[in-house]
Amino acid sequence: MNEMKDISEIYRQEAEERLAEIEETVLEIEENPEDKEAVNRLFRAVHTIKGSGAMFGFNEIAEFTHHLETALDKVRNGALAVTKDLIDLILKSRDHITSILSSSQTGARFDEEKGNKIIAALNGLLPDEDAYVQSPVHDERPNAKENFETTYRIRFRPDHTLFSNGTDPIPLFEELKTLGECRIIPLIKEIPSLDDMNPEYCYLSWDIILTARTGMDAIKDVFIFVEDNCELIIDIIDRADDFDEDHVARKLGEILVDRKDLSKEEISQALSKQKKLGELLVESEIADRQTVESALTEQMQIKNVRDKRNEETKASSIRVAADKLDTLVDLVGELVTTQARLSQFSLSNGDQNLMSIAEEVERLTSELRDNTMSIRMMPIGTTFSNFKRLVRDLSSELGKEIDLVTEGAETELDKTVIERLGDPLMHLIRNSIDHGIESPEKRIAAGKTRKGTIRLKAEHKGAYVVITIDDDGTGLKVDAIKAKAMEKGLISKDADISDKDAFNLIFMPGFSTAEAVTNVSGRGVGMDVVKKTIDSLRGSIEVNSTSGKGSSIKLRLPLTLAIINGLLVKIGEGNYIIPLSAVEECVELTKEIIESSHGSDILNLRGEIVPYIRLRDCFGITEDKPDLEHIVITDVHDKRIGFVVDNVVGGHQTVIKSLGPAFKQMKNLSGATILGDGTVALILDLNTLT
Amino acid sequence: MSKVIMTVDDSVSIRQMVSFTLKKEGYDVLEAVDGMDALKKLNGENAVHMIITDLNMPNMDGIELIRNVRANARYKFIPIIMLTTESQDERKQAGKAAGATGWIVKPFNPEQLIGVIKKVLK
Repeated sequence: MNEMKDISEIYRQEAEERLAEIEETVLEIEENPEDKEAVNRLFRAVHTIKGSGAMFGFNEIAEFTHHLETALDKVRNGALAVTKDLIDLILKSRDHITSILSSSQTGARFDEEKGNKIIAALNGLLPDEDAYVQSPVHDERPNAKENFETTYRIRFRPDHTLFSNGTDPIPLFEELKTLGECRIIPLIKEIPSLDDMNPEYCYLSWDIILTARTGMDAIKDVFIFVEDNCELIIDIIDRADDFDEDHVARKLGEILVDRKDLSKEEISQALSKQKKLGELLVESEIADRQTVESALTEQMQIKNVRDKRNEETKASSIRVAADKLDTLVDLVGELVTTQARLSQFSLSNGDQNLMSIAEEVERLTSELRDNTMSIRMMPIGTTFSNFKRLVRDLSSELGKEIDLVTEGAETELDKTVIERLGDPLMHLIRNSIDHGIESPEKRIAAGKTRKGTIRLKAEHKGAYVVITIDDDGTGLKVDAIKAKAMEKGLISKDADISDKDAFNLIFMPGFSTAEAVTNVSGRGVGMDVVKKTIDSLRGSIEVNSTSGKGSSIKLRLPLTLAIINGLLVKIGEGNYIIPLSAVEECVELTKEIIESSHGSDILNLRGEIVPYIRLRDCFGITEDKPDLEHIVITDVHDKRIGFVVDNVVGGHQTVIKSLGPAFKQMKNLSGATILGDGTVALILDLNTLT
Repeated sequence: MSKVIMTVDDSVSIRQMVSFTLKKEGYDVLEAVDGMDALKKLNGENAVHMIITDLNMPNMDGIELIRNVRANARYKFIPIIMLTTESQDERKQAGKAAGATGWIVKPFNPEQLIGVIKKVLK
């Protein structure tokens, strides 16, 4: 900008004038230290040099002058006396500023060291607590754009005296409109009769519904000049990343209650008359027309926003019958198997051309597999939203007050897993509502908040998705569980078991500790079914609980059911697959290891004691052992366990085939797969083996 | 007719910068060197629609100026923006109490200046 350059020139001239003024004034002050007006003049000159310097890019001047200004401000307030030292320093500072100014013109360096010395000396004159004052830092206003649309409800209630400092609310609304879709509803109920009206007062207030891609701060910025002269409440009423809310606009009554305009009772009273709620509220003078209109506007805007969002989602996706997808996955599975055969054949054949084709096919197949699997992935949020309703209905039925908080609704899981997960999750949440969260009275007596919270959280962890259900209720009562288990004959009378083992008792068939069978849960058919379902999904379940504080149930589920990465191993003539996600490393089972463990199946792995299991013994394999066996170290439930096998062959794309109904009772195996040469390999179920 | 904005500052460079920025945005600008000068020029023939004033000035400082402007029926409700620095929170409060509409923290750039004007001037 050329004009800006001119302004720099003007600044330079101005600064020179001011510097001359400083010199003159300082000498005046030296003669007459009591001359207030001279001190003020000196301060103003320095202040201008600093302020304008910062504006026109003379940052070194601004920074240096800041320290001088701080000292002079103290003089002005009488906190610092005018001494000869000070006068000397001011004159030195003035000379230093002159040298910075001329260096900016000539490009020569000025003496920075000298400046620092002066600053130190100036600070030395100041009372201790003021010695270091942060030089002015200009903050860039953050203008963070968010990725998703959020709808805000802004309640703007200005003081009556709003106009008296020149504020006009209209430009504020104009500014809000630039942020996004904006509806403004004026509320006129405060306007008094003409006799009582002060024409200079502002009696209006406004409700504003704004849908924008900006954060809360940007909205607060709009009101920055008036925040001291008004009551301003900004609430988020809808977010685009919110999977939890039902895709239905909220009822007028709910909105009014949420905004604390009305109580629930007033609403149901009005509703009993079976007329349109809005009209009714106005007619019966419970609420004035603007309040209702404002709430209706909010309802409409949210509905519009959600409709639009739904349309967008629809437009970018197509619906496909689920069985078509299943067929596709089956076909990809077959392709992966066939590709394995091709690769094996090309290797043994040794034809270079064939090998390069086989490699290409392998690459394409694995890409195709990943893509197909991702089609089947769905966000778990769809099931989460059902639970909102469940919690709401059940808690009011039981007279409890419960909030359901969901996290990670966007976590993706295989469609089949999600479908089969619905019932177990429903059951676990029911349990939390029924047995976990106490009644409001009991909670208050226990020193907790009136409202209980159930937290439903999903997150990715490696090849697994972990779903946690936490509640802040009463927790599991270990003693009650043990007693019940003894009564039912599930454990012996003198059994001494850990809390963790005791928690797992609740998954035994026929176990229920509910003191009374309620409508909601407690028929004792629940937890064992939950466990079975999770097992059938090749997942695991873990319970943690602190008495009085709440309990936490953790479900670990594999991302997909169809194809996994496996480690192919051999025992005797048989092939077995160990899920690669659980494998940590492979080591040799040497004679030394066997000898040093003195008959117990334990391995010292870099100082850590790792137990191992001989799969040979598990499966009753009697064929000859090789000279050197191998141990596959795995991580099962955060514990390291080794599995002894004859030979480790290598990684294998494993298309999981179920074993069929005849082998339903088969433990330790979760399925089978077909290898490249057409033989069958069994997939080990590490959870049941350990 | 374009709106008239008065810039009050004893620093000629700041006045120039403000004036230049505002003229480019299509406003008419009236310059005053201190509070006294401003009050005199406010009583001229042309009405002023908004004032941007520094706080530290000789003869009459910004706060005194704001108080005087608010006492004038003609300008009771016009927006007044004061120029402050980060270290002057006390002065800012005093300015608000005197009737300032808003403030700009020095140093500022032309975009920030326009942003603030859009906020208070219709």
